[in-house]
Amino acid sequence: MSYCKQEGKDRIIFVTKEDHEAPSNAELIADDPNDPYEEQGLILPNGDINWNCPCLGGMASGPCGSQFKEAFSCFHYSKEEVKGSECIDNFRNMQECMQRYPELYPQEEDKESSQAEASSSSVSAAPTEGSALPPETDSTPATSTSDSTSLIDNQTAS
Amino acid sequence: MLKCRTVWKKLAPLARASSTVCRQNVRRTGLTSSRIPACVPVAHMSTGPAGGGRENQLYILLVGAACVGGAIYTYRTVKGDSQRYQDRIEEISSRSYKRATAEPATPIQSEPSAVDATETEVILEPEPEAAPSLEPEAAPSLEPEAAPSLESEAAPSPEEPSPPAPDAEVAVPETTELPPADEPVVEASPEESAEPAAVPVVEEADEPVVEASPEESAEPAAVPVVEEEPSPPSEPSPFELTELPPAPVVESEPAAAESPAAEPTEPQPEVVAQSGGPAPDSLKVPSHTPYLLIGGGTASFAAARSIRARDPGAKVLIVTDESDPPYMRPPLSKELWFSDDPSVTETLRFKQWNGKERSIYFQPPSFYINAEELNGAENGGVAVLTGKKVVHMDVRGNKIKLDDDTEISYDKCLIATGGVPRNLQVIERAGEEVMKKTTLFRKIEDFKSLDKVSRNVKSITIIGGGFLGSELACALGRRSTEYDLEVVQMFPEKGNMGKVLPEYLSNWTTEKVKSEGVKVISEALVKSVVCKDDKLEIKLKDGRLVKTDHIVAAVGLEPNVDLAKSAGLEVDSDFGGFRVNAELQARSNIWVAGDAACFYDIRLGRRRVEHHDHAVVSGRLAGENMTGANKPYWHQSMFWSDLGPDVGYEAIGIVDSSLPTVGVFAKATAKDTPKAATEKSGTGIRSESETEDTATSPVASLTLAPTVEQHQDEYGKGVIFYLRDKVVVGIILWNVFNRMPIARKIIKDGEEHADLNEVAKLFNIHDD
Repeated sequence: MSYCKQEGKDRIIFVTKEDHEAPSNAELIADDPNDPYEEQGLILPNGDINWNCPCLGGMASGPCGSQFKEAFSCFHYSKEEVKGSECIDNFRNMQECMQRYPELYPQEEDKESSQAEASSSSVSAAPTEGSALPPETDSTPATSTSDSTSLIDNQTAS
Repeated sequence: MLKCRTVWKKLAPLARASSTVCRQNVRRTGLTSSRIPACVPVAHMSTGPAGGGRENQLYILLVGAACVGGAIYTYRTVKGDSQRYQDRIEEISSRSYKRATAEPATPIQSEPSAVDATETEVILEPEPEAAPSLEPEAAPSLEPEAAPSLESEAAPSPEEPSPPAPDAEVAVPETTELPPADEPVVEASPEESAEPAAVPVVEEADEPVVEASPEESAEPAAVPVVEEEPSPPSEPSPFELTELPPAPVVESEPAAAESPAAEPTEPQPEVVAQSGGPAPDSLKVPSHTPYLLIGGGTASFAAARSIRARDPGAKVLIVTDESDPPYMRPPLSKELWFSDDPSVTETLRFKQWNGKERSIYFQPPSFYINAEELNGAENGGVAVLTGKKVVHMDVRGNKIKLDDDTEISYDKCLIATGGVPRNLQVIERAGEEVMKKTTLFRKIEDFKSLDKVSRNVKSITIIGGGFLGSELACALGRRSTEYDLEVVQMFPEKGNMGKVLPEYLSNWTTEKVKSEGVKVISEALVKSVVCKDDKLEIKLKDGRLVKTDHIVAAVGLEPNVDLAKSAGLEVDSDFGGFRVNAELQARSNIWVAGDAACFYDIRLGRRRVEHHDHAVVSGRLAGENMTGANKPYWHQSMFWSDLGPDVGYEAIGIVDSSLPTVGVFAKATAKDTPKAATEKSGTGIRSESETEDTATSPVASLTLAPTVEQHQDEYGKGVIFYLRDKVVVGIILWNVFNRMPIARKIIKDGEEHADLNEVAKLFNIHDD
């Protein structure tokens, strides 16, 4: 049984599970997916890649950032049957670069690059997912700016 | 003078009138000698029949003299002004010229002519020996152009070698890199092209690049520096000069071409000269950087990352007065204290929610490039200059000065200077002895020293009941059993987080803190502190006396606005910090982010936020805006705190206990603890603490204190809404996790909700 009490200017309501079972009638304003102010997910409304997405961690901004961007862009815009099959060189460059910074890109690279591909394909399919990620990931202080629940960044370094 | 005139003007007619009247009356009286003259002022012409009396003449004389005097004064002033202006300009130029000791050729500015440039090229050869100083000085008169040419120089350095002809092309790419400096760069390019001719003279290598570089040098200040990639050995010696930090530019090229050229371009060359390729002697600071970030904390790092992501090949220079590269602060008062590792003060590593360890540093050192290599880096990078404080900022000249008199110019600047912990006046006045036993907690070194102190003393007192004070109290309280340490926390409010949580919740929290082993003294105002027998005695206003070995003052943060004066930036009087707009801009190319920014929040109004996530969000936004995004602060940042294993909350928006609140609570179950939440959710905001295992669950703890049981039951988990004019402006998720996006949405909408219980339903607080 829920009840309410008032302590000065503060109101306190206690609710049971049953009280909250009925769906809420609070109205929320519909979100505009193209709102320029909002944080964007991995894929922007116009189809481009949002390099500043927290989900990418430091991949696009680190020493191997340009190689990563090339490889990922190539993959993203690839129209081949096997997506990204023409991007092997780019990925190789990226891998070579990453091998030069083992501290930043620990040797789970292979796993990561394939994860990146996998996640990018899934993310491009579901841009909303991406936009849901940043707010969450923003709020993970432990991983601070890198945040990423699923993608590339499971290294300590970024 | 004017006053006299007006007064005279006013009085003169009256004087005249009355005197005339009197004279006439006297005459009349004399003549008639009958009636008393009626002294009615008659309106008379100021000039009588004879064309004016004595008064008039006097009047005209005085007025005339005043006019002439005024004219002479005005003339003198105007003349003097232009003269003074000339003097000033000369003085400024001579200052810069003074620095360019070695370069007789410097006067030959790049602008003037290619011919000049070639001449200087030739002259340059011998010069290098002569002058470790910098030509760059020579470019003072060209400051405005110098800046762009500087950039062009810096830019070309990294370019691949190209034939002289393409030099112009080389210059062109530079231009594209420096949008603001388009014009000057273009100007510079032709000159640069001209250079190549002269270059071969100087250089051994025929690399086009080399040519490009010499040109660059020649440009701004006839700097002979020539980067000769192919023959570094010969080069180094002649060109020991002084090139400025841009020297490293060459490194990116196959040969170790120097970027001395780049150096000359610096408008304010003061940088230590250094030889290019061969042996960088001391730390060379770039004299120009496209992106300058002042401050090396969370906001700065977030901005650097944002800039690098959006501007390919961006060169970012972070200048910090700390000796550490950027790191995150929250673990310093939380996770690091709960670590098992005895060497944690050295490694600074902590365990995240997912069990993985990480360092508090955002990136290991290999992520950053050296400052001297910044200009030469092909793909740009982030360089961190530690141990340097920015003491002066020249907004008109787009440059800053460090504490070692080095000047660095920039295109875009971010001020992320954070703040300095506040101290209590009574402690400051108490003297050296007391100050030695006081810690103002903020940086890594404070953590290290407090860790050491906590192992060696018997009693620590924390003054302050806010986030930092309470977290440290809980962290130290946990140690109190291990180390026989007494932990006292005192603050003026009624309960912990008294300025954040509504009273009932603050009281509940205080009980929790007490159960962590902390002696809490509330409503305590410190009156004086003295050091007696190597112990500190804190006297409170109500007479209580607290004896302790060490004090930690956590009484707030003073935003660091030291640069406001020299930069002429506005400081907010209500909140402190630099006043910026919704896009975090203070001036057209200066942004401010993090603790030091008092910004306009479109939804919630002007505010200044001192939380970690805000530093990340605002830093990232500033970085986006520095690369042309023009987005306002919109994504609301959040914050969180953990006070022991049982109390954890996340919050967003304005959470001020003076606002009316509505709290909706559910009965807590054993599952509602921060620990349980992180294990389940996988988006843990807080890491585990080994002692969480030993902490009893809320249900069990209820049996310990029957009177408290009621409270614990009541405020186990819930949502608290903070209202301002019936609109929700802040939300606390109390032991309820992973619902932040909903909270963010509610604040973003800014709607008036009639029944907040309905809104609370959106959070599903009963679910896990």
